[in-house]
Amino acid sequence: MKLKTLGLGVAIAGVMGTAALAQNCGPDGQSIRILGSDFPAIQAVSGTAQANCGAGAGDFTVTLRDNTRDIMNQALTPNPAEYTSVIVANSTLTQLMNDDLVRPLNDLVEKYGQDLKPNQLITIDGNVMAVAFMANSQHLFSRTDILEQAGVEGIPSTVDEIVAAAEKIRAAGIMEYPITMNMKVGWNMGEVFNLFYFAHGGELFKPGSAEPNVNNEAGVAALNSIKALLEYTHPDHLTQASNETQAVWEAGQAALGIMWGSRGGAVLDDEGSTAEVTENTVLSAAPTAGGGAIPAATLWWDGVTIAKNVSDEEAEATFAALMTAMTSDMVAENNDKAIWLIDGFEPGAAAAGVAATAAGGAKPYPMIPYAGLMHNALGAELADFYQGDESAEDALADVEAAYRTAAKEEGFLQ
Amino acid sequence: MKHRTFLWFILPTLSAMILFIALPIVSVFIQSLFVQHEQVLVVSESCGPFGCSSTTSIDAEATAQLRAEQPLGKFNGFGTYTNRAHLAFAEVGDAWRNRDGLGDFLDELMDLPFYKALIFTLTYTFVVTPIVLILGLAIAVGVNTLPRVTKGPAIFVSLLPFLVTPLVGSLILFWMVDGDGIIGATLQILFNDPSLSVKASTPLMWTMLMVYGVWHTLPFSFIVFYAGLQTVPQDTLEAARVDGANKWETMLHVVVPHLMPLVTFVTLMLLMDNFRVLEPIVSFSAQGHAQSLSYYIFNDLREAGNPLYSSAGATSMMTILGVVILLTPVLIRTWRDFNQRAH
Repeated sequence: MKLKTLGLGVAIAGVMGTAALAQNCGPDGQSIRILGSDFPAIQAVSGTAQANCGAGAGDFTVTLRDNTRDIMNQALTPNPAEYTSVIVANSTLTQLMNDDLVRPLNDLVEKYGQDLKPNQLITIDGNVMAVAFMANSQHLFSRTDILEQAGVEGIPSTVDEIVAAAEKIRAAGIMEYPITMNMKVGWNMGEVFNLFYFAHGGELFKPGSAEPNVNNEAGVAALNSIKALLEYTHPDHLTQASNETQAVWEAGQAALGIMWGSRGGAVLDDEGSTAEVTENTVLSAAPTAGGGAIPAATLWWDGVTIAKNVSDEEAEATFAALMTAMTSDMVAENNDKAIWLIDGFEPGAAAAGVAATAAGGAKPYPMIPYAGLMHNALGAELADFYQGDESAEDALADVEAAYRTAAKEEGFLQ
Repeated sequence: MKHRTFLWFILPTLSAMILFIALPIVSVFIQSLFVQHEQVLVVSESCGPFGCSSTTSIDAEATAQLRAEQPLGKFNGFGTYTNRAHLAFAEVGDAWRNRDGLGDFLDELMDLPFYKALIFTLTYTFVVTPIVLILGLAIAVGVNTLPRVTKGPAIFVSLLPFLVTPLVGSLILFWMVDGDGIIGATLQILFNDPSLSVKASTPLMWTMLMVYGVWHTLPFSFIVFYAGLQTVPQDTLEAARVDGANKWETMLHVVVPHLMPLVTFVTLMLLMDNFRVLEPIVSFSAQGHAQSLSYYIFNDLREAGNPLYSSAGATSMMTILGVVILLTPVLIRTWRDFNQRAH
């Protein structure tokens, strides 16, 4: 009897051992707690990690929600932290690093990261702070059938061409508001400025300092490019973010959109829209502006971090579990859900826009500690300009003043 | 009651109030006097999927040491209160000296975030409060005269807006005023203007927020006044009627004076509630057109990524001050009434 139990035990241990060997999940019995935004690519990564290593872990929770950036710093501050890993993007990694809440991953990458490509590693001063798994950017969505109907040839590639195409569509009486873009007051409105400011060759800060640098020719040119586009967007644009613009697109109410690449898969799939819309939607590079060559977009990555305030064992188990998900098998199963940076990705139609935008030389979203403050000032102070209450110069002067106030409070400016 | 007995009687409440109300306010006040240390920045090479570049980051060790030495940060006195994000003494002074008429000065003032929020908050408070008071009383009187059978259902229906969570209620209205929603589309047809958009116009957005505010708080004043109406002495009413007073006169000279303590109570509650309006602005995505003091605090804590604690603290303290100023006349009146009755 005893021998039998022992034998069974050994057998089970053996099976589990091989399972653990096949999926190198790191130390057993640890608590793994992952926080991330709720969209398909992150669902795929965290879900695969849970399926691979959930059995061997003490407990394995995945929390996916909206607006993770609002809670992540608070959640990682106590020791032990609420989560062992947060899935972040460019800007949110900075937000965590500002409070020193994530740990360098060099030794863990050495131990578990054999399958990673070098460009997946986000290194700052030699320390790997995050491991990226997907790329994202804004780019142009076009409805070829409507462009054709209005007599527009080809896909527009500059702001002027988009405005001309929109005018033709309006003149032909097909749509009154053919353009849609994420202009919701706050983060989205600030981000749109970034896109066009970078396309006009602007830099948010004076080189090597935290001094603001937006009230200049490039800033005014950026605002004028945006204003030209807004002539053809629905008057409600200041309340529209990704969910709204995607709905507008899927309802067939827009013909030209500047939206996130991560929405491409959801727009092109057979849910939430008609065949007429999905079959005629083409994804292409973000437009250039003012005769420049840089696409009006910011490049983003999403990647995993490991919390500083957790035990080394928990950190190792969490990292190992997430690494089991970053494989070509996972990508093969979820190919169209993201622009994967992982080996084995085959770019499809949904990836065309981001790929072309990156190839066009778009700038990455700045990973600077005070970029968030500037972004917030842009998102609050530019509304007056878009509503026609203020000149571009006055609005940009307000942005700089608001940023300066906040940066002084945070100790970046004196 | 003896003073000693009274003290023992009130002690549990008093200590809870000190612990959960007074101390947190003191703590917020202290935090609002400090700003972050000067950040120790390092420039280093940073690499990622899109290539390498030199990036600035915060020197974590040096910052941790500074924080350990002075955990509250750098003392700034009332600097945060007077900076551009709040009372903006320098900017207001400039605007006043360079003014081109009062209208121009007000425009400049509306360009400063704190004053923008303050002006909306005050407008909202002083429009919504009287409307809710008068409408609430009117509905209560109306329901009170209904026959017994219909009274119950009428009360239930009148209370409905109060049962809906503010966020959900305002979201429903937000969808209804959309260009494709029932109210938005009706307005477009009525005014024969297909580009009419409530969400794109500042005056319409302000109106919608206030209409929502009235809709949502009306049941509160209604139910309080309705309860009060049940206690109006029938003898006095009858006496008034015998003396030849009509319905309107009875209302004005008997019912309203009887309800005065309740009017004071409802006014106090409404002033406090309306002064901290927040949810409808979030649900309506109205930030571009209207910001309240509470939204301003919310924005400092949520939108900036790394929260601006002293800025939020300063706005909080000034909001509390605002509530105190608003309530003072009502409280003085109550105190006087109380003294008159006591003598």
